[in-house]
Amino acid sequence: MAQAHVSVQAEDFDTGAEIERLGARSRQIGAVVSFTGLVREILGEAAMELEHYPGMTERALHAIATEALERWPLDGVRVIHRHGRLAPGERIVLVVTASRHRQAAFEAAAFIMDYLKTRAPFWKKEAGPDGGTWVDARESDDQAAARWST
Amino acid sequence: MRVLYFAWLRERIGAASEEIDPGDAATPAELIETLKAREERYAHAFADMTAVRVAIDQDMAALDTPLAGAREIAFFPPMTGG
Repeated sequence: MAQAHVSVQAEDFDTGAEIERLGARSRQIGAVVSFTGLVREILGEAAMELEHYPGMTERALHAIATEALERWPLDGVRVIHRHGRLAPGERIVLVVTASRHRQAAFEAAAFIMDYLKTRAPFWKKEAGPDGGTWVDARESDDQAAARWST
Repeated sequence: MRVLYFAWLRERIGAASEEIDPGDAATPAELIETLKAREERYAHAFADMTAVRVAIDQDMAALDTPLAGAREIAFFPPMTGG
């Protein structure tokens, strides 16, 4: 089974380089799917603070990526999630999956994002004049994750 | 036992982590009851238990999971990453 490569970092990442690197791992790879999450502008130009649980975050992301490797015939998985202060327009998360055929890569990338939303210990706080507001979890995220339960 | 708090639970309690003697508490729910009885800030932080999630030694757990042998317990609201 291929290995999952997971990073939790404050720094930005190079989407193109990550996609190229995963696709170059094997000549058997016929499909590379990537998802990039960006910080949306909600309250003007205000930045957002992303808190996480060091240690558990890496464990949780690794567990999610490994589950994807068990469920789909993948040749590689790359997950990068940023933390700290992020402004609207900045990249926040990257998921790249590689497989022989596109279906597995598409499904696994969607699965990883859906699980990450509800199982990776991150909490968003939007900056504001009153010290900021914690973002509420969305029921639609729970429903999206539940569709992968078997 | 090391107890960690994140997001608004951390803010309401006023600490990111602390060492707590769990006493007779056998589950996270019982530990929360012990803390709530101890100080008002805990009662305030844990007022809505539907918004509280728990991890034991960095694995997601339930409020009634046994604490036996646990070294680190974390309380936090539902996750909002991605």
